[in-house]
Amino acid sequence: MTISSDPKQVTQICFDRINIPNQNKLSVARENGAYELLPTVLEEFDSAKIIGEVKTSGLRGRGGAGFPTGLKWSFVPRNTGKPTYLLCNADEGEPGTFKDRDIMRFDPHLLIEGMIMAGFALDVRDAYIYIRGEFLHEANVLNEAIAEAYAANLLGENILGSGYSMNLTVHRGAGAYVCGEETALIESLEGKPGRPRFKPPFPAVEGFYRCPTVVNNVETLATIPAILKFGGEWHASIGIPNNTGCKIFSVSGHVNKPGNYEVPMGTSLKTLIEEYCGGLQHGSVPKVIIPGGSSTPWLTGEHYDTPLTYDDLMKAGSFLGSGAIIVMDETADLVALTHRLTHFYAHESCGQCTPCREGTGWLERVMGRVENGKGCAADVTVLKDASEHMAGRTICALAEGAAAPVLSLLKYFPEDVQTRLAENAE
Amino acid sequence: MSADTVRFSDDRLAEIAELVKRYPGPQSALMPVLYMAQEDFGYISMDAQKMIADVLGLRLMQVREVVTFYTMFKEQPTGKYLLEVCTNAGCMLNGAYELADHMCESLGIKMGGTTADGLFTIAEVECAGACGGAPVVQVNNIYHEKATAESMDALITQIRADGGEA
Ligand SMILES: NC(=O)C1=CN([C@@H]2O[C@H](COP(=O)(O)OP(=O)(O)OC[C@H]3O[C@@H](n4cnc5c(N)ncnc54)[C@H](O)[C@@H]3O)[C@@H](O)[C@H]2O)C=CC1
Ligand SMILES: Cc1cc2nc3c(=O)[nH]c(=O)nc-3n(C[C@H](O)[C@H](O)[C@H](O)COP(=O)(O)O)c2cc1C
Ligand code: SF4
Ligand code: FES
Repeated sequence: MTISSDPKQVTQICFDRINIPNQNKLSVARENGAYELLPTVLEEFDSAKIIGEVKTSGLRGRGGAGFPTGLKWSFVPRNTGKPTYLLCNADEGEPGTFKDRDIMRFDPHLLIEGMIMAGFALDVRDAYIYIRGEFLHEANVLNEAIAEAYAANLLGENILGSGYSMNLTVHRGAGAYVCGEETALIESLEGKPGRPRFKPPFPAVEGFYRCPTVVNNVETLATIPAILKFGGEWHASIGIPNNTGCKIFSVSGHVNKPGNYEVPMGTSLKTLIEEYCGGLQHGSVPKVIIPGGSSTPWLTGEHYDTPLTYDDLMKAGSFLGSGAIIVMDETADLVALTHRLTHFYAHESCGQCTPCREGTGWLERVMGRVENGKGCAADVTVLKDASEHMAGRTICALAEGAAAPVLSLLKYFPEDVQTRLAENAE
Repeated sequence: MSADTVRFSDDRLAEIAELVKRYPGPQSALMPVLYMAQEDFGYISMDAQKMIADVLGLRLMQVREVVTFYTMFKEQPTGKYLLEVCTNAGCMLNGAYELADHMCESLGIKMGGTTADGLFTIAEVECAGACGGAPVVQVNNIYHEKATAESMDALITQIRADGGEA
């Protein structure tokens, strides 16, 4: 690894080795530092020390909700007589998000090493990577890397003679966005339709086969090796307090160089888009920025200087979410885009909560008629009422995410809707 | 095909026996086994579902509700080449609908349709998780990023020229 031990010098963590060719091969990964620290961790660290370092690091879940990882691990009850499971959430379905894919296809051993360390800390014997079905290539890369790791005794029985044993299995989803929600993921891994469960109990207490289960995002787990190598304090000194470390942002839409960019937390939206992404395709200030995946409320040009942190984006009225930034310049047809997103959520709702099942259907139908020339003035009220009745009344957060684009459109661009309705009236 | 003729090979059955051991319960093996069926038989017929229920010791209903919940499990045969065009936000902003229309025209079919020779099926899909390469088209699960009308026409022509063996 070329990561600096001086936190002020650190610009990347998970993507440190991302450009090295053939990094998915164990021999190459090892030449570049993979598994270097693992023997020390297994011999000299214990569970309390690892969880302590992760707590100190301030690492927050990179799957979207930003829950402190060390705290989540500390909630796992010990000595219940039941096994504890570790599940890596690689479902990556939030429109705009494509970061976990790069970790898995270019540096799978980083994820595997992070999972062994997490598994050791949590006394896990069986761990799984739940990967979205479309990522067949990535699943194959992971399976090859796992096979090499087993052959080198980095997985399986008595890892490197430490007495610790862990199995790791890749499990493919099959095209259901809701399965990224951790309890739906658990249902799916149990061989059932992916319908979210009520929380609490949280999976940490009652998850896979009703046993204590930790679910973490790919990027979260891929950060663990660096934290254990350089220490929790080191990680806590990168970025901004309460928003520590680096974060991968997947930038798409109307930018010249879309892609994944890992930067220290606190970098501004403007810096990311102008210095890393080559600026906008048209104009100089974005019309809309969706900062954390399609489920997060929109920001506009006036928020261009916002630092990319959980706290600052919340202050601006949105969320950091999965770090998926969708950028739109003035050429975007926001009514058509919103209609497209309502279609997505209506298609993906699992249907078990009435406000979500009915609400997503309403939003899609009404946005459709607004876009297609059949809308009327009252539709604005219908959209508003339907969206406001969806949040906070459902089992999972999908419903809230479905309402976000519609509410954002009405809040920031009512004139775009009015223009469309006026055209229709003619 | 009747339930008697839809059978996994002995190698497959041995593979499934190993797979089941990786999970706390056999039902967890259902999704991977459905993928195996789709690979071996092209799609997952009702007879295949009955056979899978027997193999894993599940009720047919448990198999059916999983097959119908997940969009990647196909109960009907599709064309030999499944062209899946992502039209979600990132791809839409980069011309996915224009691309999809063009591909339908080149193939002479409507969205969701299959060509008369059974070679191509075209479908619209949700975000493929590769928006940096928008617009994205998956061809039998292989990603084609920054797809263009020209690159897709070339692919279609190539497959046709190779008699469907590209
Ligand atoms: N990466 C992606 O593709 C997607 C990400 N998302 C993101 O997912 C987020 C919502 O995720 P949720 O899991 O619903 O959020 P959540 O706030 O319910 O949970 C976050 C994590 O913290 C844990 N947790 C929270 N309180 C706990 C407690 N008291 N004890 C033990 N564990 C506890 C949960 O188990 C979970 O692992 C959204 O903010 C959205 O940004 C949404 C869609 C797709
Ligand atoms: C509808 C929905 C979809 C989600 N999809 C994903 C996903 O694809 N990947 C992910 O890591 N988290 C996803 N989440 C968040 C997970 O429920 C969970 O918070 C996360 O996996 C915890 O890991 P972390 O703490 O490391 O972020 C989703 C949440 C919801 C409500
Ligand atoms: S909110 Fe929607 S997706 Fe989530 S559990 Fe309820 S119906 Fe299913
Ligand atoms: S929007 Fe097409 S790959 Fe994400």
